[in-house]
Amino acid sequence: MAKGNDSVVASSVQLRDVGKSFPAPDQPLTRRPVLETISVSLEAGELVSLVGPSGCGKSTLLRLVAGLDFPDSGELLVDEEPISGPSAERGLVFQDPNLFPWLTVRRNIEAGLAARGLLQQKRSEVKEFMRLVGLEAFADAYPHHLSGGMAQRVALARALINHPKVLLLDEPLGALDAFTRMRMQDEVLRLWQNRRTTMLLVTHDIDEAIYMSDRIIILTQRPGTIEQIIPIALDRPRDRSSSDFLLLRSEILELLHFAGNRSSQVTA
Amino acid sequence: MLQGQKISRQSQVTVGSVPSDHVRADSAERYALSTPERKHPTAALLTVPVTAALALGIHFLVAKKEPPNESRTYTIVLGSFFAGAIVAAVMQRWWPALQTRMRRFRPLFTVGVLLLCVWEIITSGFRMLPLPYFPSPAGVVQSMINDRGLLFDSTWHSLVLLLSGYLLGVAAGLVTGVCIGWSAPARYWGMPLLKVVGPIPATAWIPLAMVVSPSALISAAALIALAVWFPVTMLTASGISNTRASYLDVARTLGANARYLVFRIAIPAALPSIFVGLFMGLGASFLTLVVAESVGVKSGLGWYVSWAQGWAEYGKVYAALVIMAVFFSTIMTLLFKLRDRVLVWQKGMIRW
Repeated sequence: MAKGNDSVVASSVQLRDVGKSFPAPDQPLTRRPVLETISVSLEAGELVSLVGPSGCGKSTLLRLVAGLDFPDSGELLVDEEPISGPSAERGLVFQDPNLFPWLTVRRNIEAGLAARGLLQQKRSEVKEFMRLVGLEAFADAYPHHLSGGMAQRVALARALINHPKVLLLDEPLGALDAFTRMRMQDEVLRLWQNRRTTMLLVTHDIDEAIYMSDRIIILTQRPGTIEQIIPIALDRPRDRSSSDFLLLRSEILELLHFAGNRSSQVTA
Repeated sequence: MLQGQKISRQSQVTVGSVPSDHVRADSAERYALSTPERKHPTAALLTVPVTAALALGIHFLVAKKEPPNESRTYTIVLGSFFAGAIVAAVMQRWWPALQTRMRRFRPLFTVGVLLLCVWEIITSGFRMLPLPYFPSPAGVVQSMINDRGLLFDSTWHSLVLLLSGYLLGVAAGLVTGVCIGWSAPARYWGMPLLKVVGPIPATAWIPLAMVVSPSALISAAALIALAVWFPVTMLTASGISNTRASYLDVARTLGANARYLVFRIAIPAALPSIFVGLFMGLGASFLTLVVAESVGVKSGLGWYVSWAQGWAEYGKVYAALVIMAVFFSTIMTLLFKLRDRVLVWQKGMIRW
């Protein structure tokens, strides 16, 4: 788990023919497919974005990788081992930071260590992680005193303190205003570049996907299947206004429009 | 070691990007706005002493219609209240804490003293209400002083009985509530029992309790515990089962085991609801205490009231009621203080 040199420890993730269905809300006896035949491999240390129309199963896919749900068919492997349930090795950050409101910032960040019974021996790390996300001054504040960006930083620190080998991000910046969002994108990138964990990022924002990822997976309308996987070969740090960036952006928009045209729903 | 170095190197990068988003304008400012720092106008300062003086005046007017010892005692009570009000009005200039308190309670005190005046006028003044059922305030104060030993003793017995029953009920209610709220089998078997047995008022079990139990005191404690158990269980269970699923999901991806999920996530998340149960249980326990004391137990304030009523000493009845009011509201206040401490994280999130 958390060994001395975690910064180089990342896991590969493989999805083979993964399918998932849920009971339809109006007819509980019929199951409605949400994901079908998803096959993709993430290399260790890769940052991959998941983009697609609303309701195409992006979050479901993330929950499957987290181990919070199980697929109906196919298999999910992390470092060649099947996923058997949630684990501290696969951290998850939601759009809503979901900080525990009864704990201070410090205790929220400590929660990952406390949950695994490692708080006593690793307490010194807590301070480092608070500094890492720039929150030492708010150690004793309760979550409802924080702004959206700060709360999301606490959520990131809380997930990172376990040194996860895979970090799953479910629209983590979706609720932030444009400026905070761009700054947080850089912060997440910096964390990723320093730690080199494998990251799977669900996003609605195509600019964010192009700006951050090594590859973009585009899902189709429900039931979600992989429409296309687009490698992003731009050099980092990327320039949001370069012509290559804009070209990629319009290509992907086109693809998404095609993927979503059954309900004329464009996600941008 | 390597880890530490790694992180401290990263952290240097952060220094430049210190958050520009800031903590929301904090509560201190808002509260400061709501209580503007202005001086007491002198006239307002005098309302309480003036009303107390009025009460004294009315008392002197009707005093000749009251027994002399009652009248003298009540004079002393009103007189010391008057003196206290004057001292407070003067002291508040140098004592800010007292000043804020006086500002808050002045209208309440004024109306309270005026009600005492009205009571005295109706009873001693015009004898509009039949005796012995409606004694004057002077009579009640005199009974309280005459019977202070027994009243103190009764309060003490009530306190012991109330606390033993309440704490027992809370402990049992928390355990069953957490079980029913967390585990599906416990919910399946526990919920019907709770729904059928729970709503029966604890006092309805008195006939059974009298037969089964070896001592009235034990059965009274058990009845109070039962009365407390139901609301505490109900609200604990609902609080636990309403824990936001995403908190549990996050905790599981942080590596939490079942024990951590119950004790560190579900129970803290349920605490606001649990406190509602504790308050409801406290109310139920007061009721059960008084009923149990007036029918079975031979001590306590409930017993004292029915005993005094048997002798038609209504002054004592009212004296006991006054003590009950102070006693119960003190306990209620203590529970509020506990809640304010435990749920301090909610401050600023909700109105309280």
